[in-house]
Amino acid sequence: MADSKLDLLQGTLDLMVLQTLTAMGTQHGYGIARRIEQVSGDAVLLNQGTIYASLVRLQQRGWIDAAWGTSDNNRKAKFYTITKRGRKQLAEDAVYWQRLSAVMGRVMGMERGGRG
Amino acid sequence: MKRDSVTQGWNRVLAFFRKAPLDQDLDAEMASHLEFAIEENVQRGMTPEEARRQAMVQFGGVQQAREKQRASRGLPFLDVLGQDFRFTLRTLRRDLGFTIVAMVMLGLGIGANVAAFSVVNTILLRPLPVEYSSRLVWIAPPPQKCGFSCATYSADAYDEFKAQSRSYDDVTGYFAFSGPDNLRLTGRGEPLPATGVEVMGNFLSVLGVQPALGRSFRPEETRHGAHPVALLENAYWKRQFAGDPAIVGKEIDLNGAPTTVVGVLPASFDFGAVFSPGERVDMLTAEILDDERSYGNIVTMIGRLKPGVSLGQAQGDANLVVPHLCWSEKQPGSCGSYADKNGGGMELRTLKEYVSGRVRRSLELLWAAVGLILLIVCVNLSNLLLARSAARSKEFAMRSALGAQRSRIVRQLLTESLILSVAGGVLGLGIAFGVTYYLTRAGSIALPLLTSAHLDGAALGWTLMVTVVTALLFGLLPGLKIASGPLQEAVKDAGGGAGKGVRHGRIRAALVISEVALACVLVVGAGLLLRSFLRVLDVDLGFQPDQAASITVDYDDSAPTAEAGEAKLAQIFQQTIARVSALPGVEAAGIVDYLPLGPNRAWGAPHPQGKTFPDGALPSPLVYVCSPGYFRAMGMRVHGRDFTWDDDLKRPNVVLINAAAAKAYWPGEDAVGRVLVNGNQQLHVIGVVDDVHASSVEDEKGWQIYYSTLQNGPNGAQLVVRSKVPPATLAGSVLRALRELNPSQPAAEFRPIRTIVDRAVSPRRFFVLLVGIFAALGLTLAALGIYGVIAYGVTQQTQEIGLRMALGASRARVQVGVLLKTLWLVIYGLLVGTAVSLGVGRLIASMLFGTQPTDGVTYAGMAGVLLAVALVAGYLPAWRASRINPIVALRSN
Repeated sequence: MADSKLDLLQGTLDLMVLQTLTAMGTQHGYGIARRIEQVSGDAVLLNQGTIYASLVRLQQRGWIDAAWGTSDNNRKAKFYTITKRGRKQLAEDAVYWQRLSAVMGRVMGMERGGRG
Repeated sequence: MKRDSVTQGWNRVLAFFRKAPLDQDLDAEMASHLEFAIEENVQRGMTPEEARRQAMVQFGGVQQAREKQRASRGLPFLDVLGQDFRFTLRTLRRDLGFTIVAMVMLGLGIGANVAAFSVVNTILLRPLPVEYSSRLVWIAPPPQKCGFSCATYSADAYDEFKAQSRSYDDVTGYFAFSGPDNLRLTGRGEPLPATGVEVMGNFLSVLGVQPALGRSFRPEETRHGAHPVALLENAYWKRQFAGDPAIVGKEIDLNGAPTTVVGVLPASFDFGAVFSPGERVDMLTAEILDDERSYGNIVTMIGRLKPGVSLGQAQGDANLVVPHLCWSEKQPGSCGSYADKNGGGMELRTLKEYVSGRVRRSLELLWAAVGLILLIVCVNLSNLLLARSAARSKEFAMRSALGAQRSRIVRQLLTESLILSVAGGVLGLGIAFGVTYYLTRAGSIALPLLTSAHLDGAALGWTLMVTVVTALLFGLLPGLKIASGPLQEAVKDAGGGAGKGVRHGRIRAALVISEVALACVLVVGAGLLLRSFLRVLDVDLGFQPDQAASITVDYDDSAPTAEAGEAKLAQIFQQTIARVSALPGVEAAGIVDYLPLGPNRAWGAPHPQGKTFPDGALPSPLVYVCSPGYFRAMGMRVHGRDFTWDDDLKRPNVVLINAAAAKAYWPGEDAVGRVLVNGNQQLHVIGVVDDVHASSVEDEKGWQIYYSTLQNGPNGAQLVVRSKVPPATLAGSVLRALRELNPSQPAAEFRPIRTIVDRAVSPRRFFVLLVGIFAALGLTLAALGIYGVIAYGVTQQTQEIGLRMALGASRARVQVGVLLKTLWLVIYGLLVGTAVSLGVGRLIASMLFGTQPTDGVTYAGMAGVLLAVALVAGYLPAWRASRINPIVALRSN
């Protein structure tokens, strides 16, 4: 099972968290983790617990805010919201990742003997 | 985003200090996470147990998640360090014996290093405690045999040099012939002695010293007839005037003359510590050159180079100026007398070099010795830690099995060394503080600037560096050892492979051998210095320093005419000597103006009547003016006769000369009855006395000539008293006798002549003592090292020894076996050490006195001492080995 899942590159989880919060608005840790799993089609290797290292890091950088609150089903949980600085950072990183993945796609799609 | 990183860094630091609340917060959050997950799983139709299990699987390790979150929010490096630190403290507390031994060793090693550094830093490295230290130049003739008189200049020469030289901002100087207790402070109870040095008016400004209070001398205060002024030394101001903040402007009575205190010197500048180490100087007075034009060579010269002028340029400049200098402007014949034939005649050195140059080699040696000590300490601790790490191999194996990385274990070991080293460093700082405190107050050690030694920022920095380097040195080997070996081995087998034990033993043996070799070098060095010192103490000084003491005598020979003055002086001296001689216990008494091993001077170069010598073949003998009885009081043998009270101005001039001078003037003949001619004076030689070591115990003996106080005015009076009883018991009665004759006689110190000699040899004594202590320390450490290795070896071989004893080996045989092993270690160490020592001996040859660097006695003694120490260190384990009970040893694993 593990063979078919993707190990996360350094820093990618942070980016996913930011994107998820942008898309979903305020959300708690479990919700973020589930959302990432669903969106990725369960293709990323994610121990849900590791999300908390990412969340605290983003919080310390000032890219997300956190506050304890109550969920729809009346459960106490810590809710995260992306900040203005977080959005700015996301925008920068998203451009970078799109460029990188495009380049990677081209490079990996290179044919043998394609000298030109 | 730089700002975000800063925010993050700051938050991490905050988080580091708020561990407990943050952990609680995280736990609550993770708990709520699991609740959400279980709920969702139950909704999908799982049983509650299954829902919980699945939730846990999805979450991953709770503990791992917690660790990861902590690592990303706080300062993981510090956390690990804290863990290592706490763990180390626990381990060290458990092994208290080891900890204390290690700390004491490190404390001694580091303490010795820091103390030595403070001394070296003060004397050699730091600039002189004056503003223009780097530009100050000591201007003097090349060293000659005629003492201070050939190392100084006349007032006219000084003025001329200052006017003609182009290299200097300004040139200053001081009167070189001030003896101790040359002033009398009156008007505050009983008269008190004080030591003052006359300096040129510009002295402080040329050196760059700002008075702490008041001001420096003004030009008008150095003119003929000026009102006397004085600048007090800081220590004297505090001691004598209780640090009176309003002292400036007050009048004090010096030698009966009201003198205005114009200022107080800063505590950082002590004239005595810089220019006359080991002698106390209480104040500076203004030198009035115009009054001293006829005195001959009296002043030293110190110049402050113009910015950008090199010493070499100044030397070239000096070579041009010297031929134009006149001893006296009124005597055209004296012009050019300072130049030698080779166009030289003046030697420039930096003032720093003049002050500290003499002790440079000794200090470097001292520094090397403490370095060796620290090296021995490191080797020893390395050894101890190796033994410990062998004993702890199981602990490491266990930790490694539980997931500790090798690097973490090595780091843990290095933390241990660092903590030990820091503890040792703190202890060492304490020791160094004590040592420097003692040194600065032991005023009798004639080392320049020593009184200003203290632990400053540089010393603290040095301590830190030494501490860290030491920790790395002694921690690295055991650490690497752990890093290279297979950790898990130990867990598998308690005994450990035989091969591993042997390899381990070899490293430790190599360490002990190097330790013995290092100790060997120290002992040889100390031995050579000690032998030199004993030789120095054995030197025939030409007088008997024991059972004699001297005191500065105050007298008033003012009279209407010069003749009346001479007569009055003769009477005062005769009375004084008669009075003191009559005291019970006194064997002899006499007066001289300069004692040996102090200031001295020369009066031209007399030549034997009727003989001609080539120019410059006769150097100037040192001149002493003394009364009848002086030679007996000093314990000098006289061939011929002493002065009598009848050898006055109406009689022919009489002198005594020393044996070396007699031999030079009349080789192979008896000098008594011959005549010397000095200028237009005829000097009848009435006696020949022993050669006296005039300026230094270790220098070759020069020439000396003695004039009578009845025929030549003395420059002050030192009363020398030889007694059957210890001099100290006479101090009171001598002073009382002097007071009866002269109520204004100050309470000057009655100094045993021995202390004068002691002061002269004090630098050597100082170094011998220190290097000796270091050698003893090195020996002790080496003995500990030998003991450690042999004892460890015996423990390792318990079974083997037990087996051999079971097979019939006698106790004696087991003992001899262990002792032989010890001996081999030491013999290897001795061989290496001797080879190194031979090299080191050559390096310190210039510091030895009457001792060859290959001195057989020293080497034999060193070998004997080391072997004896080794046998003592090896005997205990050997004895223990012979007590091994074969049955117990074989039964146990």
